[in-house]
Amino acid sequence: MTPQVQAIDAALLAAHEHHDARDAQAFGFWLYILSDLILFSSLFATFAVQMRSFAGGPTGKDLFDLRYVAVETLLLLLSSASYGLAMLAVQQGRSARVMRWLGVTFLLGLGFILMEVHEFYGLVLAGHGPDRSGFISAYFTLVGTHGTHVTFGLIWMAAMLFQVGFKGLSKPVAGRLLRLSVFWHFLDIVWIGVFSVVYLLGVM
Amino acid sequence: MRRLFLRGTGLLLLPLLSGCSDLRLLEPGGPIGAADRNVILVAFGLMLIVLIPAVIMSFAIPWHYRATNTKAVYTPDWKESNRIEAVVWTVPALIVAALGVLVWISTERLDPYKPIASAQAPVEVEAVSMDWKWLFIYPHLGIATVNQLAFPAKTPLSLRITSDTVMTAFFIPRLGSQIYAMAGMDTRLHLEADKPGKYLGENTQYSGRGFSRMHFDALAMSRTDFNRWVKKVRQSPQVLDHASLAQLEKPSAGVPVEHFSAVSTNLFDSIIAKYKHPSSGHAKAAAASAPAAVHTPSHPAGRQDTTPEAS
Amino acid sequence: MLGKLTLSAIPYHNPIIMGAVGFTILVGLVILGLITRHGAWRYLWTEWLTSVDHKRIGVMYIVLALIMLLRGFADAIMMRVQQMVAEGASQGYLPPGHFDQIFGAHGTIMILFMAMPFLVGLWNVVIPQQLGARDVAFPFLNSVSFWLTAVGAMLVMVSLGIGDFSTAGWTGYPPLSELGYSPTSGVDYWIWAIQISGVGTLLTGVNFLATIVKMRAPGMTFMRMPVFAWAALVTCVLIILAFPVLTVTLALLTLDRYLDMHFFSNGLGGNMMMYLNLFWIWGHPEVYIVILPAFGVFSEVVPTFSGKPLFGYKTMVYATAAIGILSFSVWLHHFFTMGSSANVNAFFGITTMIIAVPTGVKIFNWLFTMYRGRVQFTPPILWTIGFFSAFLVGGVTGVLLAVPPADYLLHNSLFLVAHFHNMLIPGALFAYLAGYMYWFPKAFGFRLNEKWGKRAFWAWLVGFYVAFIPLYVLGFMGMPRRMEHYSDPAWLPWLEVAAIGAVIILFGIIFLVVQLVVSIRERQATRDLTGDPWNGRTLEWATASPPAVYNVARIPVVNALDSFWDMKQQGPAYEKPPEYADIHMPRNSPAGFVIGVFAFLFGFAMIWHIWWLAIASAVGMLATVVARSLNDDIEYVIPAAEVERTENERRRLMAQAATQSPADTGADVIPQPLPQV
Repeated sequence: MTPQVQAIDAALLAAHEHHDARDAQAFGFWLYILSDLILFSSLFATFAVQMRSFAGGPTGKDLFDLRYVAVETLLLLLSSASYGLAMLAVQQGRSARVMRWLGVTFLLGLGFILMEVHEFYGLVLAGHGPDRSGFISAYFTLVGTHGTHVTFGLIWMAAMLFQVGFKGLSKPVAGRLLRLSVFWHFLDIVWIGVFSVVYLLGVM
Repeated sequence: MRRLFLRGTGLLLLPLLSGCSDLRLLEPGGPIGAADRNVILVAFGLMLIVLIPAVIMSFAIPWHYRATNTKAVYTPDWKESNRIEAVVWTVPALIVAALGVLVWISTERLDPYKPIASAQAPVEVEAVSMDWKWLFIYPHLGIATVNQLAFPAKTPLSLRITSDTVMTAFFIPRLGSQIYAMAGMDTRLHLEADKPGKYLGENTQYSGRGFSRMHFDALAMSRTDFNRWVKKVRQSPQVLDHASLAQLEKPSAGVPVEHFSAVSTNLFDSIIAKYKHPSSGHAKAAAASAPAAVHTPSHPAGRQDTTPEAS
Repeated sequence: MLGKLTLSAIPYHNPIIMGAVGFTILVGLVILGLITRHGAWRYLWTEWLTSVDHKRIGVMYIVLALIMLLRGFADAIMMRVQQMVAEGASQGYLPPGHFDQIFGAHGTIMILFMAMPFLVGLWNVVIPQQLGARDVAFPFLNSVSFWLTAVGAMLVMVSLGIGDFSTAGWTGYPPLSELGYSPTSGVDYWIWAIQISGVGTLLTGVNFLATIVKMRAPGMTFMRMPVFAWAALVTCVLIILAFPVLTVTLALLTLDRYLDMHFFSNGLGGNMMMYLNLFWIWGHPEVYIVILPAFGVFSEVVPTFSGKPLFGYKTMVYATAAIGILSFSVWLHHFFTMGSSANVNAFFGITTMIIAVPTGVKIFNWLFTMYRGRVQFTPPILWTIGFFSAFLVGGVTGVLLAVPPADYLLHNSLFLVAHFHNMLIPGALFAYLAGYMYWFPKAFGFRLNEKWGKRAFWAWLVGFYVAFIPLYVLGFMGMPRRMEHYSDPAWLPWLEVAAIGAVIILFGIIFLVVQLVVSIRERQATRDLTGDPWNGRTLEWATASPPAVYNVARIPVVNALDSFWDMKQQGPAYEKPPEYADIHMPRNSPAGFVIGVFAFLFGFAMIWHIWWLAIASAVGMLATVVARSLNDDIEYVIPAAEVERTENERRRLMAQAATQSPADTGADVIPQPLPQV
């Protein structure tokens, strides 16, 4: 090999290495999302199997208030939109703006979770807890798993607010914000599934 | 031809098995067991076409091309041959295709739900798996037994099977096919014995502490013996009602045979109903997802009660 | 305060269990004592427990696997002894409740805590080096994965002395595994051990898939990738697709047991058949998760010791991928006897048999790799040859079981037990042991003793046949699996033969231990100074043995399949680069270990319903993760000068090895490569 070729080679290799680390992170996160998708698919399948296993207990019609759920849905959809605005601010490098929109997203997400907890609490109080029937077990588990994911998203978001505040929009921080946005939008999509399969079909 | 083939593969198995007289699966006592066994022998024989040369090659090739054998051909860069690839893909594929046909036909023919064609009306028995014993109800005779299943030989035995506990499996090895017993559901099984005899019946699905002792005697009898046996059971002082059922439901293992001279009506269905709650407004939907329940109606006779038994 | 946990949870009235506990504690104390005596605690902590180096993590995985192999085998031999005596009037020495724990523990341990750590350990040691990479994609995550796996294994071990293990078998079928039928904490041990280690496995799958897809050396296209890496890639896809289903299945069972839900319960809308479906949608791909990496090992061992490239590389790759895809379409064959319709059973029977085609092709391709080769009968190749015929027999019995009417007879019998041991012992364990002996010099810098390796092989092979052929016969005699007692005297002689087989395998295990001890003693004579003791073909043999922490000073450029072989032919294999560059490497971190400790406490607390501890340890885990994610200082730099020093030292040793005759280095059978320095 001539020295020039070797030099070009070395430069290519260096680029290769750095490029790889970041690329692998994004790829790895998508793989995680894929595995999470399988997890939700399994829960949806479980719900589909048990959506008529009322065991003499209440049905979806008796339990669900579509208007209430519509408000929940609205909160989550708005939070996705505000996260999008936060990501726009990330691209512009305006960290104060990022924090503002992240804060809004956090509050919307928190509102969603509180509404869900309130709904669950009401069901349990009314004697429609998850031990009542296979249908209610599957309902609590599918919706609850989504809620748990949103809660983890909120914890992550809180940590990111902290990081943006102290570290600014460094490359690792921006990368994490991007991954959180993937996670957040993913949960939004899952919720659309929950809304249609659990609530809409349940009331019909 | 087919028979010769069967015998040939059977002979191949024999040296391995010589000297033992309890190879229940290879010495079936009825048409279902024999058909199941024949499927095994045919499939095994077909696979020998690949197995024998492959096993020989797996020793001969490394031995012949051992490093110390410097006389053997050595082609250090040879790494592909479309001809060899074609053979190693095609031959197994053809055998699997043949086996696929066998699977399709034999699975249809030997579906446990499918009643056995016979001039005799079948004897109907309802089997309930309990911790850790088998309860057999003869709905048309109004009798029941524990750990003893008697039935006339050369007559189809039509079983409805459920469980009053965890999942188990009902199996009489010499008569053929086994099937699961599950609470809240009934599975079906049709067997027949060629001649009178005493066969081992067992639960093959591990079900807890008493599992190993959960076996029963399957007694195939002549018609007269069977009628005599029924008479004897009818003389038993015990009757099977909800109180004695509650007694039976208490876990126990290795219990002796019991006879009940009378049975409350629809006891079997009430045991199933215990685990199957009505779903409000949606009749029968609770089990809609269950493969056993959505069994396709390809042979509807298996899903109906057949004619009352003449005895 | 301690939930359900009381002193009565310790089975002090059972001499067998207490003996086992005492022995385990004794061995543990001896090891701890030795570490203390040699003052090795600091070394162990800084170099191993907190390591994020894939090679170290790989070694720890394999150590875990070998320890659990001993435990799983102890269970096996106890079962064989019980079945050898518990006939008729004799009740044997194990009461039902105890025997039932043993077969459940044996299956759980062998698959999830022996096979899985073993294959992940081999990946860790080999894959990054084979790809010409310096580490895996996520080194810290790798450490977390290991500790989660180890925690699962530890929970199984703890169940020996505190409480009991599941008596519902390794498959945990409900409703038997529901609270009503299994009220002790045994099933909970089973659930949490698998659940926690399962998360570790899922992270491993993500990690290695990202590594293989994103970190291959330049020039290593997918079709230039070694088959071992290909097998790992397909396996990782299977892990990512299958393990979440296991997570869900176990979680639903947990909810049934802890919150009285009704997923799989008898009644109130529960549906146990859903469990069987979900479990095997994970469980059947899991079989291939265990076996595909083993096929990968054979695909490396056979060409190396035949002095030829792998026959039909492309076919091997396609066959691997085909097996991976098909593995998701066969799960129902585990319960043909559930009463599904004939069409459903026939469909799954046929898909199952189709898998036999690509699998058979693989065997022929290995044989044609040996064809017109120069086969050296080293221990790794012996394991391979032993595997061929045994696996063929297992494959045939597997296809038999795939025929539904045959399965109606053979399901749940010892024939089935013989079949899957026939697949997993030669198909997985033999391969892992071949890989262990093949890559050992790479990890430690010296070879394993061949004589003892061959003895271990013969004992395993003969023992395997003697132990499992009788089980096929017993299957035809109608003996169900999992019997702690039986009344048919005709079964007895066959069970006695099987027990003899288990004893022969015991010798195989003893010989493995002896091999390790002897090899460590004579390590000076069997040092591998070249880094390439077998004249290898793939890139892991280009590094030193053991490799420098950064594996390769300079990322290699790949121009061909069997790239290292190609480099040796073309010249650049040992070419000295004009200059070295600084190397960035991940810093070791205690966070993985800390997460493991919290995970253990969490699992233990959940098992015993110690809610405060469960919450505290969950918070601890989360806090550790968050704290770690806030830390951006996770790398350190190895200066170019130090890299150069290390590399020069290696070159000096290689030159020294080249001047020694093979006899001096103790390598009398193996042709030594002649590195061009």
